[in-house]
Amino acid sequence: MRPITYLRATDTASAVTAVSTDPTSDFLAGGTTEVDLLRQNVLNPRRLVDINDLPLTDVEGTPAGGVRIGALARMSDVAADPVVRERFPLIAQALELGASAQLRNMASMGGNLLQRVRCSYFRDAESPCNKREPGTGCSAVEGFSRGHAVLGTSEHCIATHPSDVAVALVALDAQVRTTGPHGERTYAIDDFFLLPGDSPHREHPLEHGELITGIEVPATPVARHSHYLKVRDRASYEFALVSVAAALSVVDGVIADVRMALGGVATKPWRARRAEDFLIGARVQRDDFAMAARVEMADARPTPMNAFKVELAQRAIVRVLDLLSDGTGDGSEPGPGAGSPS
Amino acid sequence: MTTMPTTTPSAIGQPLDRVDGRPKVTGSAHYSAEIPLPDMAYAYVVGSRIAAGRVSGIDASAATAEEGVLAVLTHENLPRIAEQPPLVPSLAGTAAPGQTYFPMQDDIVHYAGQQIALVVADTWERAQHAAHLLRVSYEETAPVTTLDQGRDRAYVPERIFGGWIPGRIERGDVEAGLRDADVRVEGTYTYAANHHNPIEPSSTTALWDGDTLLLYDSTQGVNATQMTVSRLLGVPMQRIRVIGHYAGGSFGCKAMIHAHPTLAAMAAREVGRPVKLALTREQMFTSVGHREEQEQHVTLGATREGRLTAIRHHKLSPTSPFDDWAEPSLGTSSQIYACPHYEGVYRLFRANTMTPTFMRAPGEASGMHALECAMDELAHELGVDPVELRLRNHTDVDAMSGFPWSSSGLRECYERGARRFGWSGRDPRPAMRREGDWLIGTGMATATYPVAPLANPQRARARLYADGTAVVQAATPDFGTGVATVMTQVAADGLGMSVERCRFENGDTDLPNIAAAVGSAGAGMISAAVHSAATALRGQLVNKAVADAGSPLHGADPVDVVVRDGVMTAGTASEAYTDLLRRNVQPDAEALGQWNPPAHDIPYGMMTFGAQFAEVAVDAELGLVRVRRMTGAFAPGRVLNAKTARSQLMGGMLWGLGQALLEANHMAPDTGRWANSSLAEYLVAVNADAPDVDVELIEVEDDIVNPLGVKGVGEIGQVGVAAAIANAVHHATGRRVRKLPITIEDLL
Repeated sequence: MRPITYLRATDTASAVTAVSTDPTSDFLAGGTTEVDLLRQNVLNPRRLVDINDLPLTDVEGTPAGGVRIGALARMSDVAADPVVRERFPLIAQALELGASAQLRNMASMGGNLLQRVRCSYFRDAESPCNKREPGTGCSAVEGFSRGHAVLGTSEHCIATHPSDVAVALVALDAQVRTTGPHGERTYAIDDFFLLPGDSPHREHPLEHGELITGIEVPATPVARHSHYLKVRDRASYEFALVSVAAALSVVDGVIADVRMALGGVATKPWRARRAEDFLIGARVQRDDFAMAARVEMADARPTPMNAFKVELAQRAIVRVLDLLSDGTGDGSEPGPGAGSPS
Repeated sequence: MTTMPTTTPSAIGQPLDRVDGRPKVTGSAHYSAEIPLPDMAYAYVVGSRIAAGRVSGIDASAATAEEGVLAVLTHENLPRIAEQPPLVPSLAGTAAPGQTYFPMQDDIVHYAGQQIALVVADTWERAQHAAHLLRVSYEETAPVTTLDQGRDRAYVPERIFGGWIPGRIERGDVEAGLRDADVRVEGTYTYAANHHNPIEPSSTTALWDGDTLLLYDSTQGVNATQMTVSRLLGVPMQRIRVIGHYAGGSFGCKAMIHAHPTLAAMAAREVGRPVKLALTREQMFTSVGHREEQEQHVTLGATREGRLTAIRHHKLSPTSPFDDWAEPSLGTSSQIYACPHYEGVYRLFRANTMTPTFMRAPGEASGMHALECAMDELAHELGVDPVELRLRNHTDVDAMSGFPWSSSGLRECYERGARRFGWSGRDPRPAMRREGDWLIGTGMATATYPVAPLANPQRARARLYADGTAVVQAATPDFGTGVATVMTQVAADGLGMSVERCRFENGDTDLPNIAAAVGSAGAGMISAAVHSAATALRGQLVNKAVADAGSPLHGADPVDVVVRDGVMTAGTASEAYTDLLRRNVQPDAEALGQWNPPAHDIPYGMMTFGAQFAEVAVDAELGLVRVRRMTGAFAPGRVLNAKTARSQLMGGMLWGLGQALLEANHMAPDTGRWANSSLAEYLVAVNADAPDVDVELIEVEDDIVNPLGVKGVGEIGQVGVAAAIANAVHHATGRRVRKLPITIEDLL
C-alpha cells in the first residue's frame, strides 16, 4: 500500500471542499470495496477523506408514500427498516441478497451505488483495461467473460454493474441527491449510471468532490407487490449472473402497472422499459411474459462464454412475473426445501 | 513385529474437545506469520505478469529509493541454490520440493505468477508498495495452458506423481473385454482446475543466528521443510530448525515445500534481519500448486447381468515444463471392482504452469467421479439399482494385485448408508419428482481412498514426570485436523493415564521425526509412533515396579499389571506411577517409540471405503442445483475421536459439494493467467450451500495397516460426493452433465 493520509470530516461542506480542491483525495465511507482496490493498486488516492461522521444515516418515509435514504445509511439498516419493507419489498430483498451480513453492516448506500465492477481484468491492476487505464484496451472482450454484460456494452468495456439494490432503485425511478463544489444537484437514477461507450472510465456524472447525500424513492404503490430474484451459482455471497427487480399490479387479469429492471446482465442497472411497454395492458399469460422478456433482450450482444445469460435473463423475467401474478411475490427467495427420505 | 502391552482404550474414540480450541479462538495460538521478533523485516513476492518468455529487465531504482526498503532480489542477485532435490512426495520422509524448479536462477518465465523478484522492507506495507514500483520488462511468447492447446502434443509419461506411479496400468485385454460385453457405456469427463484456498495463506518467518537457521513455517511437515531447505541452501540439517505448531488448513497446498520458505531464508540472510514472508491470497493461486485441469475418458463393458468385463480409463492433463505430474486419478478404478480387463493411461503435455500438486483426495476426487458416473450410466442402461450394480461387482481382493483387503467394510457402508438415507424403494426413472419449480433426484457413489504406503520409521517420545503428568512428543504440526487432540488421547491410553494429565507437544524438528502428515496418513502413522512410545514407557515403569523390592507389585508378572489413571494394579496389589518414581528419587522416566510401517510388498490391498448418497433439487428453468441432504457412510478403521473424525468427514463431503457445483479456476487461453484468483470469484461452498450432512461411521478392525488400525479420515469424505451429486442431477432432470463443476449454463 502506498503512503496515504487520512482526514476525518465532520460536516458535509468541509468534506466536499477537502476533496474537490485536491485531485488526489477521495471520499471514504464503508470502505468495503474501496480498501480492497487501494490494496490492489487499482485506486491511487494520496488522501482519504472519511465521511462516516456526517449526519447522513437517516431512513424515513415521506408523507406521500416514498422513502428518503441517507447516503451513509448502512445496507443492513435500510433492509431492516419497516417502511422500506412495507412500501418497497424489492429494495429490502435486493439488499439482503447482496454481499454478506458483515459487509452489509459496513457498506453505505451511497457507496453501494458507486461500487466498482468485479471484472477481474479491472481488478488485477496489470491487464489492459480501458476503465482503469483509458486507451489500453479491453481484456474481457476476448478473455474470460462468463460474468460479463450482454446489454449496454461497447467494444471498449463489457464489465457488469455489480450492485443489487441499484437495480431495484432503477426500477423505482429513484433520485440521487448530491452536494458538490457547485452546490446541490438531483439526478434521475437512470441518468446517474452511464453506459461505457468510448469512455468506460466515466461511470457516473459526478464531478470530483461531489458527494452523494441521499437517495429518494418516490411513492410507488405498485412496489408493495414486488420481488427481487437473484440467480447465481452459489446460494449466498456472490454477485448476480442475472437478477430481476419487478413490481406488478394486475386488475381483472390485465396488467395495470409494472416496473422492471435487470442486474447482472448489463453495464449499468438496466431498466427494462421495452418489457414494461409490452406488458402494460397485456393479459396475465406466460406467452406474453416470454415475449416481453424476448423483446427486452433482443439487443443483447453476448460473448461465447456468457451467451447463456441471454436465455437465463428471459427465464428469470418470466419467473418473476409468474411469481408476482400468482400473488406470492412478496415473500423471500423460494428455496429448494430441506428434503426428506425419498 | 514386537509385542506390546495391550491397551484398554478408554480415551481413544471419545469425542474429546480440541485441546487447542481455546488458544485458537482466543488468538493466543501463534501461526507462522504471527511470531513477533525484534527487528523484523518483511518480504513481498513479485510474480510474473506473463506466462511465457523471459524477463528482459527489472528497473528497481524507484523501489530501492523508497524509505525502508532493504533489498530487491531478482534473478540477477538472488543467491544460486546449492542443489535441486528431486520431486518426491513428502510422505516418503525425504526432501520434498513442490517442483524441480527454483525461481530467480535465470531470466526464463515458465508460468504466470512465477516469482521474479522479492522486495524486502522494514514494514509489510512498504515492501508491498515498493514492489509495485518495480519496472519489469518482458519478452513475451505465446503460452500453452489449456487442454485444447496441448492435446496434440500429449505424451504418455513413464511415471507420474513424483515417480511413484506408472503412466500406464494394464491387466488382461481391454479390447477383448469390451468386445465380449453385452453393454457398453462411454463418456468424456472434464474437470476445471481447483485451488486449495485454506483460510491461512502460506507463510514463513526466517531467523538466522550466525550460520544457524530457525524457520517458522506453515506446513504439513516440519521435517519436510527442514530437509528441503537444507538441500536447496546447502546448509546442514543440524543447523536448521523448523517450528510449525499450527497451520490454518492446507488441503495439500502445504504438503510439499514450495519456494517461499527458502526464499524467506535467503532474504533474511541478505538483509541480516529476521524476515517474514507471507503470500497474499492472490499469490496462493500461483505459488503452492493446484489440482490440474483435466479430461478423463471412461469406457465400461458389462454383461447383461451387470458384471463388468472391461474398464478403460484415460486421462489428459497439463503439467509443468519440469515434472511429469498428474494426480493419480486412475488408480482406484483398477482396484475396487471385480473386472478381468483394465487399461489406464495417463497423457500429459508440457504447459506454462507450475507443477500441480496434491489436493484433497488427489486423484480419487476426479477419478472416482468419472468411474462412478459411468457406473450410474451402466446401472441406468441395465435397469439395475445403482447400489445393487456395485454389489454385483464387489471384490474382496484388490482387483489389480489380487491380494485381499487388509479390511473393507464396503458392503456395510452401502447397506447402512442406504438405510440412513432412505434409498430403498427409489423410483429409478429420471425427471419424475417435482416440488414447485424444483425437480428432485437422488444419487449415490462408492468412495475409496488408498491407505498411503509409508517408507520410513515414525518416532515419538514419552516422558512421565514424578508429579504424575506426562508429555508426549512428535515433530508433526497440527494443520487443523485435530492431531494434537487425538494424540493426547492415544498417549493417555498407552500410558494408562487420564487425558487431563497428558500433554502432546508437536510441530518442531527438535522433536522425534514424523513424515509429513499427508495422504490421510497422519492419524495412522503418528498414532502408531505415539502408541509405541507411550506403551514402551508404561512397560518400562511396570517392569521397574515388579523388580522393585519396595513396591507392592514386587514379583508380579508384568503381563498381569493393568494401569488406569496412573495406578498400576495386579490383583489386589497396586502402586501409582508417582509413588514409584518418588520412592526411587527419580525425577522422570522417558521412552522413545518407533513404528516401522509395513513393507511395500506385503500381500494385502490397503484401502479405505465408504458410500455417498445425495439428494438434489434442480430448478431446471433457471439451471440451479441445490443439494438438499447428503449421507456418507465410511469405514475408516478405528476412529480415534468421534467428534474430530466426524467433522473431518463432514468437511470432506462439503468439499465434494464445492467440487461438484462451484469450484473452478479458469485459464485465460490468450494470456495464460488464472481468470478468477480471489475468493469472490473462485467459489467455495458457504453455509447457505451446506445441507444436512449425515455421517455414519462403521468401525472395522485392521491389524495390518498400523498398530491401532487407523486408516484415516482426511480425504475419504470428499471422494464420490461429486459423482453422487451428478448422478442425482441426472435422476432429477434426465440430463448427464459430464463436467465439473456443474453450473447453470450446463442445465439451461
